[in-house]
Amino acid sequence: MNEILQGLLQAGRLIVTLDSDLIEISLRSLRVTLSAVVIASAIGLPLGCWLAVRRFRWRRFVIATLNALMGLPPVVVGLIVYLFLSRSGPFGVFGLLFTPTAMIIAQVIILTPLIASIAHQAIRELWAEYHDLLISLNTTRFQRIATLLWDGRRALLTAALAGFGRGIGEVGAIMIVGGNIDNATRVLTTAIALETGKGNFALALALGFILIGLAVLVNLGVHSLSRTEVSDRW
Amino acid sequence: MVNPSILPLTVTDATVRRRGKVLVGPVSLSVSPSGLTIVMGPNGAGKSTLLRLLHGMERVARGTLAWQVPEAQARRRQAFVFQTPIMMRRSALDNVAYPLIVHGTPRKDARARAATWLDRVGLADSATKLATVLSGGERQKLALARALIRDPEILFLDEPCANLDGRATREFEEILTAAHAGGTRVVMATHDIGQARRLAGDVWFVYRGALHETAPADQFFAAPRTREAAAFINGDIVE
Repeated sequence: MNEILQGLLQAGRLIVTLDSDLIEISLRSLRVTLSAVVIASAIGLPLGCWLAVRRFRWRRFVIATLNALMGLPPVVVGLIVYLFLSRSGPFGVFGLLFTPTAMIIAQVIILTPLIASIAHQAIRELWAEYHDLLISLNTTRFQRIATLLWDGRRALLTAALAGFGRGIGEVGAIMIVGGNIDNATRVLTTAIALETGKGNFALALALGFILIGLAVLVNLGVHSLSRTEVSDRW
Repeated sequence: MVNPSILPLTVTDATVRRRGKVLVGPVSLSVSPSGLTIVMGPNGAGKSTLLRLLHGMERVARGTLAWQVPEAQARRRQAFVFQTPIMMRRSALDNVAYPLIVHGTPRKDARARAATWLDRVGLADSATKLATVLSGGERQKLALARALIRDPEILFLDEPCANLDGRATREFEEILTAAHAGGTRVVMATHDIGQARRLAGDVWFVYRGALHETAPADQFFAAPRTREAAAFINGDIVE
């Protein structure tokens, strides 16, 4: 219990004194995960919607695969991205390994199936509701997807936030491809892992509390901006 | 003439099947360029499927539908009102404007026209409300405005008043009659024999997936030719 209390105190101290290291790694955490969420949403939301609207032979298989990929182990993703980006790998020439870009790439791979799958669930219900109307109005498939994405935006926001939740707390992949390099690729989760390994529990806990607070803040911020919980709206 | 009429529609031996079962057909009929047709018949007889078939929403297993223009053009000049109005998660105004916007009318013009339509159906005060909070009668009037905003040549309605009370039904019928007077061809399914008597120019009686009897309204109600139609008008249970 003592450690938890000390952790809380130290978290408070770090925040009040605006510790420069803390701000740097927190901002990096946000930058990496938010970038990954934006890219993964740009791919995953239309993909989930397309899967709801389109009927084709392998649809069930693709959806089942997508659902299974939601549980993709980050460490394995990290390892594979590492091999692709390493000097001897196919994309080694770009020199991306151990950069924030590599971390974003790994997180996009982890988050896209999750976001696409949740989006698919949400859009499937909306599509069942809109189906007859949109067919009757003779809309093209592109128009249908655009309409469903727009009218389902509240549910899709939840999909994106779920992606953010998974990304911000993820450590396995970004540790491998980022390398937890101080001032370059250290983020909150990798810093926690490092401090815990050093036996520096209070600092690790402090960073942990800050991580949780950050996740809650981003969620609340997005919700209040989009007014999700206001009645009469979606 | 810039816009040749899409009617008459000629249907020849059209059949709709689902899972090996024939739902409707073979049906042969002709939809004349003007008039108000009421489609009657027991539940499950195939009224809805017949309307959806004519509207092009059902795959035709056999037979043909021939409009006077290519089908893609014909689809643009039709509209459909469903039994349960489909309310998009948007404001009432945006619901009505949607068919115009999705087919390329600039938003400002579309919203202006939607506003006049809301006014025409008596929903001007609800323009900014979410469509999904409207009452049953308001929803169906909204759906009718949305169907009419593209000025369709033919309008299909599938039991639109099934869930409405007397007053909402009367208001709905007034809008519909006005549209019909304005030259819109109307084909409407209904269960309500009173409504059929009020509105019908001619009647299609659908029974077991086939067009059992067709007749001008006065003739149909006064002297139906088939036993099933007579029983149906009498209020007997026809299965």
